[in-house]
Amino acid sequence: MEDDAPVIYGLEFQARALTAQTAETDAVRFLVGTQSLKFDNQIHIIDFDDENNIINKNVLLHQAGEIWHIGASPADKAVLTTCYNKTSDSRVVSCAAVWRMPSDWETGNHESPDESAHNPQTLELLCHLDDSTHGNAACVLWEPMGDGKRMISLADNHALLWDLQESSTQATVSSTATLEGKGQLKFTSGKWSPHHNCSQLATANDTAIRGWDLRTMSQIYCIENAHGQLVRDLDFNPNRQYYLASCGDDCKVKFWDVRSVQEPVKTLEEHSHWVWSVRYNHSHDQLVLTASSDSRLILSNMVSISSEPFGHLVDDEELSEGEELHQEDKGKEPLKDSVVSTYEEHEDSVYAAEWSSADPWLFASLSYDGRLVINRVPRALKYRILL
Amino acid sequence: MDEGSVPVAEDPGRRRRVHGMLKIYYGLNEEGKAPEQPESLDPCDINGPHFDPELYLNKLRRECSLTELMDQETCMVRQIRSLDSDMQTLVYENYNKFISATDTIRKMKNDFKKMEDEMDCLSANMAAITEFSARISGTLQDQHAQITKLSGVHTLLRKLQFLFELPARLNKCLELQAYAQAVNTHRRARCVLQQYSHLPSFKGIQDDCHAIMDKLAQELRQKFRDGGSSAKDLSECVELLLQLDEPAEELCDKFLSHARSRLESDLQGLEAEIRPSLPSPASNTDILEFIDRGCNEFVSSLCLVITSYQELFINHAQKGELLHAFVDDLAARYFMLVERRIQEEKGVGDNSLLVRALDRFHRRLQAVAKLLPGSAVPNKGTEIVIRAATERVKQYLSALQSFYMDSLTDVRQALATPRLSVAGTSVAGPASGRDAPTSLPELLSSLSASILNQIKSVLASVHLFTAKDITFSNKPYFKGEFCSQGVRESLVVSFIKFVCQSSRQFCETAGDKGGSTPPALLLLLSRLCLEYETSTISYILTLTDEQFLVQHHSPVTPVTTLCAEAREAAQKLLNHYVKVQGLIISQMLRKSVETRDWVNTIEPRNVRAVMKRVVEDTTSIDVQVGLLYEEGVRKAHSSDSSKRTFSVYSSSRQQARYAASYTPSAPMDTNLLSNIHKLFSERIDIFSSVEFNKVSVMTGIIKISLKTFLECVRLRTFGRYGLQQIQVDCHYLQMYLWRFVSDENLVHFLLDEIVGSAAHRCLDPAPMEQSVIEVICERG
Repeated sequence: MEDDAPVIYGLEFQARALTAQTAETDAVRFLVGTQSLKFDNQIHIIDFDDENNIINKNVLLHQAGEIWHIGASPADKAVLTTCYNKTSDSRVVSCAAVWRMPSDWETGNHESPDESAHNPQTLELLCHLDDSTHGNAACVLWEPMGDGKRMISLADNHALLWDLQESSTQATVSSTATLEGKGQLKFTSGKWSPHHNCSQLATANDTAIRGWDLRTMSQIYCIENAHGQLVRDLDFNPNRQYYLASCGDDCKVKFWDVRSVQEPVKTLEEHSHWVWSVRYNHSHDQLVLTASSDSRLILSNMVSISSEPFGHLVDDEELSEGEELHQEDKGKEPLKDSVVSTYEEHEDSVYAAEWSSADPWLFASLSYDGRLVINRVPRALKYRILL
Repeated sequence: MDEGSVPVAEDPGRRRRVHGMLKIYYGLNEEGKAPEQPESLDPCDINGPHFDPELYLNKLRRECSLTELMDQETCMVRQIRSLDSDMQTLVYENYNKFISATDTIRKMKNDFKKMEDEMDCLSANMAAITEFSARISGTLQDQHAQITKLSGVHTLLRKLQFLFELPARLNKCLELQAYAQAVNTHRRARCVLQQYSHLPSFKGIQDDCHAIMDKLAQELRQKFRDGGSSAKDLSECVELLLQLDEPAEELCDKFLSHARSRLESDLQGLEAEIRPSLPSPASNTDILEFIDRGCNEFVSSLCLVITSYQELFINHAQKGELLHAFVDDLAARYFMLVERRIQEEKGVGDNSLLVRALDRFHRRLQAVAKLLPGSAVPNKGTEIVIRAATERVKQYLSALQSFYMDSLTDVRQALATPRLSVAGTSVAGPASGRDAPTSLPELLSSLSASILNQIKSVLASVHLFTAKDITFSNKPYFKGEFCSQGVRESLVVSFIKFVCQSSRQFCETAGDKGGSTPPALLLLLSRLCLEYETSTISYILTLTDEQFLVQHHSPVTPVTTLCAEAREAAQKLLNHYVKVQGLIISQMLRKSVETRDWVNTIEPRNVRAVMKRVVEDTTSIDVQVGLLYEEGVRKAHSSDSSKRTFSVYSSSRQQARYAASYTPSAPMDTNLLSNIHKLFSERIDIFSSVEFNKVSVMTGIIKISLKTFLECVRLRTFGRYGLQQIQVDCHYLQMYLWRFVSDENLVHFLLDEIVGSAAHRCLDPAPMEQSVIEVICERG
């Protein structure tokens, strides 16, 4: 069972922002935002052709500034948000905006690929998510599985809940939450929980993780010193509502049960530098992807805290199918928590990793030097999980 | 074949014969000889009575070779010769004896003649005497018969009188409480009275006696019931009652219950000694006194009870079980008390007292064992001793552990105190910065020596348990399991494991902030663990094995496992040290990058203070590590690096990079260039394991710091002067940091990356002239 070789795509610019196109469930599609101070920044739309193992790319211009964060609407394929830096008058300002891809980028591209590569189209601005009183935007989160009308932006020490109106051309702040405390507090990252009717948000600032109730915009839990150093990223387990993964500058990935936050449920310490991103697989939550500035991407199999504790779902039908299969199962030991694979295709710090929204066995990772790598879960593991 | 077999067959026969003769000589014949009787029938046996020379000669001739014959001949000649000489001596001796015998006989002949005459005279006299005597006895015959009859009557009368006086005498005895005498007297008369009880007068006496004796028995029973004054009285009572045909079982029960109440009072006395000791154990009797008292009071009276019981109820064999149950029951309570007392013995100061007490305890129980063979008591006693010993070992372990933790606290304080003084005198100059760590090796050696001494003293204390003069030391437990499982495993090995484990805990509990544990302590402990791995562990274990002559019946932890554990701990500590120190420096760098507005900064005139601070801290860490760890191996320096030539790094390659990035048409080139560069450089693991030497440690710390610097720079946007400031800072770092690391290219590479990233993140990338940078740095 040879695993397919990873597919590598190089961007011309440095890049940090990566997301899967959430609304797209048929094609494997990722969006990458570039960082360049000197040239027009771009959004690369990367389509992966699974059968032929090739990449199709489309480029859209994002002239507003270098992109630090990107988020795709869960409802509308063409809508996305970015957080970007704008420099004007030797001042750097972080902003956030909602954009629409030009309607014909796809069709145009297919007809004359060369042309579009040379003359990339520009994103249409739908609206700014700016509120000058609230400072620099760190990231924008769409409501998970929502209708693409609600989102949260984190700016300095504020969390702003936005409502999009008039086909997304107007955004109004419906409620806000502010982090109070000593010193200059600043949200570094956040995640909108898909559970509890999407009424919860988790944020990271410095070494602490906080949970918020969006109905009252009040704090519901707080994990002080969740990591020894800065917390870089969070992710919710898609199937277990109280489970949360976090990663940070102490090289660790921690798994929390937010009902008892004194101790993490599990800690991974596989990376040799800061961990910048942690992502649960959307369908099989034992698969956890972490990206680190040690230039590595690690896929871990966290069986013990997943919603499928023994690595496979056994249906009654399958059981009755035959003794052979059953015995084979017995022969296999239940999988233990382990590192499935370490991916070393990157040469520079990997700041982002994402699972595809269309194919649960596929993921992309992006390193600072602009290298995007698409990998698959090893077949052996895939079959063990499925069978 | 035949020739060979004969002498072989003959040989054992002869030997047996010689044996037989010797046996006869030494008088051992009776048992051994019986089956060998037919031996002498062989005509070829030269020593036998049936020896036939002709036959023998023929046999020899037929069976032996010439040489054998000749040997036989010489042998025989020799034997004959010796026999001849023996015979001569014998003959000579006999002759002498014969001569002297003749003389004696002659002399006797003379003497006998004289005696014959005298004998004649004597027989005549005797005849006369016989005659007289016959006459006298004839006359005295009648009187003699009378006297005999009279004396018979007298005795009878005396007996009768005794009988008649018996009730009075018994009464008197009763009054005087001379019970023993009364019982004795009565017993003597009892049979007679029984026999003649059909006569009314005797019947009367018997009835009287019975009445009196009943009363006596009553009184005895009363006395017995009252629980007489001493064990001796009591046993006397029982003896008398037994003689009075009281039912043995009842007596036995009563006896035991009395004994029990007395022993229980002893136990209560002991218990009373324990109880008040709870609030203040020091003021009370020590354990030796306690055990002494227990032995003297309880154990000795128990022994007394056993002895008297066995004497009294010797005929009632089935009562043995009762006694066993009795002894077991009381002993169990005694043991409970002893155990409670032993448990109070918490102080580990003087073990000899406890050992002596236990020894005495154990020794005294041996008496019980002798008196009452098959009793479970001594075994239980041994179990108590064993439990006490194991408990003791546990206490020693915890004492060792707390000693270790205390010494660590001391070390912590020692580490903290000079720091303070340094803080006060830091103005004095750079030398003062080194004062603090100079004591590190001393601290290490004193720590390690004090731990070792403590272990040794504990071993010595524990060794008392196995001393030769201690009775229980030859129990199999103390010979085997105590040494191997008790001392070696649960004391020494556990302690070593504890050291490793607690060291590892420093890495975990100290948190990632690195706050609570001073880094110097981590370094010190790491070195300590490493020393344990290289020598101390095997030394301690050898010492233990030698002292306790450990025979490993059960599997024990091998030295290698412990060493591996110690090494792992050392590695972990050192890694943690690197991490903590790296983070401290990282933190400085991160703050310095994050808090500055790099877009609107002024043109660099100086190296930023934080960089100087970084270099200073790195230097002091270097000194600190250097005190405990060896230098380690460096990769060869490029020839001129010591001259702080920064040229390799900045002028050629860096210029090329900038040059590329200025060309607006080719943004790809930068990436390409850096990618190609990275392709050829090895991947750097930032938080990786370090080796046990200074260079490796320093490399680790610097790697962590610079990587943080890099990542922070990438998150910022720079103006022209911001970039230049970074250039200056990096050059300064390059000037000083290369000397600490194993491979200076690593520093080059990371600093390259930093400046490169800053250039990328720069809005107006106009690098500073290399010469200007150098001037600024040298001035700083």
